[in-house]
Order: sequence, then structure tokens, then C-alpha cells
Amino acid sequence: MIELQTVAPFFADKQERLAEILNRYPPQGRRSALMPLLWEVQNAELHVSEARMQEIADILGINVTEVKGVMSFYSTYHEHPLGRYHLQVCSTISCSLAGADQMYDYLVEELGIVNGERDAEGRFSIQKVECLGSCGTAPVLQVNDTYYERVGRSRCAHLIDAMRRGELPAPWRERGSDIAGAEKAAAASGLGASGEGQGRQGPTGGGAD
Amino acid sequence: MADASQTGPIVSRHDPRYEVSMYRYVGVDGAHTLDFYRSHGGYDAARKALTTMTPEQVVDEVKASGLRGRGGAGFPTGVKWSFMPPPDGRPRYVLCNADESEPGSFKDRYILEDDPHQLIEGMIIAAHAMRATHGFIYVRGEYMLGIERTVAAVEEARSAGLLGEKILGSELSFDITVHRGAGAYICGEETALMNSLEGLRANPRLKPPFPAAAGLYGMPTTINNVESLASAVHIINRGAAWFASMGTEDSKGTKLYQISGPVHRPGIYEMPMGATFRELIYDFAGGPSLEPKAFIPGGSSTPMFPWEDRFLDMNMDYGTLAKNGSMLGTGGVIVIPRDKDIVDLMFNLVRFYAHESCGKCTPCREGVAHWLPRLYQKLVEGLGTQEDVDLIEDLANNIRGTAFCPLADACVMPVQASFKWFRDEYEYLAEHKVPKYGKTDWWQA
Repeated sequence: MIELQTVAPFFADKQERLAEILNRYPPQGRRSALMPLLWEVQNAELHVSEARMQEIADILGINVTEVKGVMSFYSTYHEHPLGRYHLQVCSTISCSLAGADQMYDYLVEELGIVNGERDAEGRFSIQKVECLGSCGTAPVLQVNDTYYERVGRSRCAHLIDAMRRGELPAPWRERGSDIAGAEKAAAASGLGASGEGQGRQGPTGGGAD
Repeated sequence: MADASQTGPIVSRHDPRYEVSMYRYVGVDGAHTLDFYRSHGGYDAARKALTTMTPEQVVDEVKASGLRGRGGAGFPTGVKWSFMPPPDGRPRYVLCNADESEPGSFKDRYILEDDPHQLIEGMIIAAHAMRATHGFIYVRGEYMLGIERTVAAVEEARSAGLLGEKILGSELSFDITVHRGAGAYICGEETALMNSLEGLRANPRLKPPFPAAAGLYGMPTTINNVESLASAVHIINRGAAWFASMGTEDSKGTKLYQISGPVHRPGIYEMPMGATFRELIYDFAGGPSLEPKAFIPGGSSTPMFPWEDRFLDMNMDYGTLAKNGSMLGTGGVIVIPRDKDIVDLMFNLVRFYAHESCGKCTPCREGVAHWLPRLYQKLVEGLGTQEDVDLIEDLANNIRGTAFCPLADACVMPVQASFKWFRDEYEYLAEHKVPKYGKTDWWQA
């Protein structure tokens, strides 16, 4: 297949970073760098294009079909550009019991796009995803790499408003975690009780409700 | 009762002898740093293992503790470690499975985020026990905060000489690579995880050969869950007898239980094994916040129980759950409210497994990934008949035990349980074309 090289190779000016990634794996495991290389490209370009797949295949000495095979296996690599704010709505059981389906419907209505789409401005994209491991702080909305937890109606509306202004609020970390354990630990360590996430507390930073 | 609790094994968090260990510093600001960790006794266990114990002694200690794998399968950790063949000059790997993806499970995430050195210390101990040459922590791709903090912790440990050549003056040379996954539940299956780590599609491999014989890159490999490795730290610190003083006959030690769904204080509670569901749900999680009708005992793959005293009073241990037709799994309890229609709930779960099926084997690809979700959808949309209900049950019964890896069973066993306890909701829906419980809006302000 002859393809005109219309873009500069992604890793051309990132040789140090490339070497660092390849060096994480033993010589017999060169191909292990495939997933991290896909992440590198996607983080920078919001998707992995055909040309980048070819470039990665060449770096690793494998066929581009193998790169595509791996890419398509996973839910978080994308062949088409994501929005600057990629909204990932957890849809699985505990989030569903906390209203994730209604959150999704709200986002669809509010943003005019559905699962798998990006809006015309390239600002938002939506993806329904499976369990994000935030069941104790459901429902969770992941925006790019950041978890927003216990996103009720008002928090969701505030988040969307903020992103429309080009701001991504600092996440409030909620844990609903081990109350007695954390308290004991705080006493033992001489630190004050941790402000975050014990039981049902409000947001501690960048809170939206 | 109080007297008995003072002398017998510790099976309740109310027992005054019980102390939280793995989650002691989770939620404490700054706990993820090396400074904090070391000033709270961190790396003492690694030092003890590397400088005063032979690898065989470490394996024996972990065996004697009774620790069983906390990733869901419950295989004895020390026994697993002893499967590694004698060193022969080839690389030997210890892998940490941090691909936590089972719905209802979220315990490993906070160790990665708030106490990653605890995991690294566990891996150093495991590496010493198995004379491993390199370690990999495979973290699910979505856990970005956990990945960042674990990567930073590995770098800190390396700078401090806790990873690298001749650690703490011992013979052990060992380093760790953190590998970011990309959203695939199947990677929690150990051989699929190895394929994924090798840059392949994450299809499970045929066993045997088992990983100890031919694992990552064909080399001797052992895979452990985050919580198992964290447990090893405290077993070495405080001794196997301390660990074994907690729990029941076949389930020893302390465990991270998770609870989600409509309860007042959802979250993670570290408790001795053998504590009851009632203690977790009522004493720690504050009880149900909506009228309950069932609970899932250990993550979405484990068959559910109706909300009855005889089940709430069960001990949360491997044997009791097995005897009652379910599994302890990852210890992720999910409370199901009365107003959630069981068919709708199971459609949600079946859709999850359908999405996560890798498509390698026929029963899972055709049954789990294709027909089950379609039949459920038909029912839920009010187009189903009694025949469809029977067909779902028949399919589940026939998929059971036939697939290449455990994923298909993880889907159909909960389906079977939903029929066992809540068949009436299926039949109501087939007959009336609307669910018996019609609440659809669950979103709070």
C-alpha cells in the first residue's frame, strides 16, 4: 500500500520518550510497548489515526493489522477524534442504581450527541462505559482521565456549565471509605483527620453543589 | 459472647483485638509518599524478609498464614508461590493484577492511590520468596490517579535503593514496571492479562501450562492481586499466627469488603474474614437507604441472595458462601432495592458481560455476547413471552461450565440465581409486558 506521508512522524521529535517506553520491557518483550505507544499518541491527538498505527507498527516491527487488532480489542482506544472533554458515563450496576441511565439521558439532551459521538465543535464526546471501580461513590462521570464522583443532577449541570466555559473543575475526592480506619490512622500519625471522603461528605475542592 | 470473642478466632470488627491493617492509612493526606510510608513502619517487612528470612521461609510463612488469593478465586497464595520452578538463569516474573474491573469492586484502587508503597513492598517480598527478577503492575487504564501515584512511588523506591540491584544489601535484584491497561474486564483473567501485557489481544490462554511453568514471555510467572500482596506485608511484619488468629476454618486474616448500592455509608471496610453480611451492611454501612430485596455477596459474578435473615447472618468467608451456592469473590457487596426490577437489573449485568466477552470461544461469543442480551432486551421492552423466559434460563443452564475461561460462568451463574429467587418478576414481565417494579428514575439531586 502506497500512502503519501502527509504528517510528520509522531515520535520523530520524541526519541527520548520512545526509548524510555521501550526500555520498560525486556528485549524479548518489545511488543509490550504497543499499548503505551497507543496511549502516547491518543493522549496528544485525541485519537490514533491510520498513519500513527503504521508508525507504531514500524517501530515495533509488526504488521499494522496487528496494531489494529489490539486497538479494537480495548474500549479506550479510539480511531476517531474524541472531544476535548470526553465524557465517560459508567453504566454498570451500582452506578445504574444511582441514576447513571438518567445522567446519560440528560447529557444526550443537553449536548445533542449520543454514545460514540462528538459534537460539531469538537468540544464534547460521550461514551457509555462499563464499571469504573467507583461503586461506593456512584454515579461516576469520567472526564478525560479524571473521575467525578457522586455526580447528582446539580453537580452534573455545574460540570457541564464549567466545561462550556472551558474550565475543568478540580475533582472532589470522595471515598465513603473506612471511617474508623482513617480516624485511627490520623490519630496515630499525628495528622488531623483527613478532610476527604469519610462517609457522605460534600466535595472538598472545586465542589459543584 | 464477649468472653468467647476474647479467646476464639477474631471474626468481628467489633472484637477489641481487631485492628485495621491494609487500610490503616487510606484516606490520610500524603500517605502515598515514601516519607510518610517509611515514617509509619514502611519497608520494615521487606527488610525483615530480605535480611533475616530465606525465600523458603517467606513462602512457608505465607502458607502458614492461610492467606487465599483476594482477586476472587481464593487460591492459597503461599501454595501458588511454591509452584515456581527452581531458578535456572531465565528471567522470572511476579505480576500484580491491578485490573480491578469486577462490578461492585473498588478496593484495590485506593491502595494504588493512597498507599502504593504498601503494594510495592508486597511485591518485593513476593520477589524475594520466588527469586523473581522483574515485576509488572498491570493497572486498569481508567485508574489514572492510581497509575500516576504508583509510578511515582516506584520511582521514589528506586531512588531510595528499595528497587534495583541488591536491594537492602541482599541478593535480590528486582525492579518494577507499571503497565497501563485500556479497558477490558477480561484482563483480570491471569492468562489474558499476560497476553495483554505482551501487546496482544487479551484472549485467555489454555491452561496448562500454568503461569509458573510458562507465563509472561514464556517464563516462570506468578500473578497476585493487589490485596493479596498488601496482605503479605502484614503477614511478614506480624507473623502468620497473627493473621491466622482472624477468620474462620478455611478463610484466614483480614479482608477489604466493599459495599455499594442504596446504603447510608457505601464504601470499603476492612474486617476480619468471617464477619457477617449483617455487620457490614448495618453496623458499618448504616443499613439500606431504600427498602431492599436482595444482595449480591461478592461482586457482580457471584450469585445473589434474597434479603432474608438466614443469608444476612452468613459469615463472609469462602466456605460459607460456597456452601450456600455462591462465592466470596472480591468481597464486593451490592444491595438491590425492592423497586429495581430484577429483569432490568440482570439485563444491565448481562450487557456488561456481553460487552466484555473476548469472543474466543463459542458458548461465550454466541451465548453471552449475542443471545442473552438480545433476549433480555426483548423482555425489558415488553415484547417477550413465557417462551423467552424459559429460553434465557435454558441458555444459562447450558452455557454453565462449557466456556474456555470463567467469564461466561461469571455471567450465567447470577442469571441462574435470579431465576432461583425472583422467577416471578420474569413471569410478570412476560405476561403483563411491563415490569413488576417500574421505578426508572434513580438519579439524586
